[in-house]
Amino acid sequence: MLAALAALLVCQLAGEVIVRVGGLPLPGPVLGMVLLFLLMLVGAPLPKTVGKASDGLLKHLSLLFVPAGVGVVQNLATLGHEGARLIAVVVLATVITLAVTALTFEYLARFMGVDEVAADHHETGDTEADSAEAAEP
Amino acid sequence: MSTFVSLWVYLSGKPLLWLTATLVAYVAADAVAAALKRHPLANPVLIAVILVAALLLATGTDYPTYFAGAQFVHFLLGPATVALAVPLIRYLPHVRRTAAPMAAALAVGSLTAIASAVVLARAFGLDHASLLALAPKSSTAAIAMGIAEKIGADPALTAVLVILTGITGAIVVTPLMNALRLKNYAARGFAAGLASHGIGTARAFQVSPLAGTFAGIALGLNGLLTALLVPVLIHWLAG
Repeated sequence: MLAALAALLVCQLAGEVIVRVGGLPLPGPVLGMVLLFLLMLVGAPLPKTVGKASDGLLKHLSLLFVPAGVGVVQNLATLGHEGARLIAVVVLATVITLAVTALTFEYLARFMGVDEVAADHHETGDTEADSAEAAEP
Repeated sequence: MSTFVSLWVYLSGKPLLWLTATLVAYVAADAVAAALKRHPLANPVLIAVILVAALLLATGTDYPTYFAGAQFVHFLLGPATVALAVPLIRYLPHVRRTAAPMAAALAVGSLTAIASAVVLARAFGLDHASLLALAPKSSTAAIAMGIAEKIGADPALTAVLVILTGITGAIVVTPLMNALRLKNYAARGFAAGLASHGIGTARAFQVSPLAGTFAGIALGLNGLLTALLVPVLIHWLAG
């Protein structure tokens, strides 16, 4: 598990270094993800537990946003006198974006006949939650 | 009583207290969400944030003191982002098959995210500064704040709008997709990650690993595309 965490951090660090040196417009961890992806794609020898460690981190991804979320509550005053309208724009624009994106994906997938695979493949549907209860490491 | 006060003074300045509070609040929030059968409104991020914020308010604790403890949790966002490569490899054949619909959804979705925010903000008569801060709101916080600096928006306001967008998306995505009768979990996940970055991705992983995988791809690609598009489009859109 320690080796896996080290591997994730090495990818992140390499990502940060490349982003800084190259002046790229993306965060280091995103490039770190690309690096790990490429390493796995070419079958580089990685710690066997990388999969398990990653699943553990991603299962509780929600937790990791709590500190930033608390920061938002403390900074709600930043929204100023336009607060209500800003929130209305955020909600409406997010709903529109979600719908347009998913419908574009779905219509094209259906048109190209790659839809079935996707629909069949989901394991748990949206009343899931078992994954959250599954054995803790 | 004075023992309690001195104990509080000691503990409240230590990272341990606020790290523990963050974890306990999340465990409680997750239990509430599970008890409510993962109802979309019972979003664990939102519940945990409200619990912690209430605790900080009640104890008069400022954010820097809180963050000294919470930073250990916050730090894990980096390795967790790197970890998104693992489900991506697992579902690679699936991802390859749907590359074309994904590319189209990325282009259309990214433009929609930027344009809908700016156009709605203009329709609502918001200040020019707000239009700028809203434009990158669907990209992940680190990217959005970088864009904000580039186009002369307030990065702090942008960060707040980004997180609000994330929580909104995480709450809205399931009922919205059900109302649209969309059963394709790749499409649902991709939309969640594109529109509401990491928080939407976290929600998608709770629903299914496939949805989470596509959300993670959308999060990365839309972050990149938004960084390219916003500086070009903003002056045209915001007038």
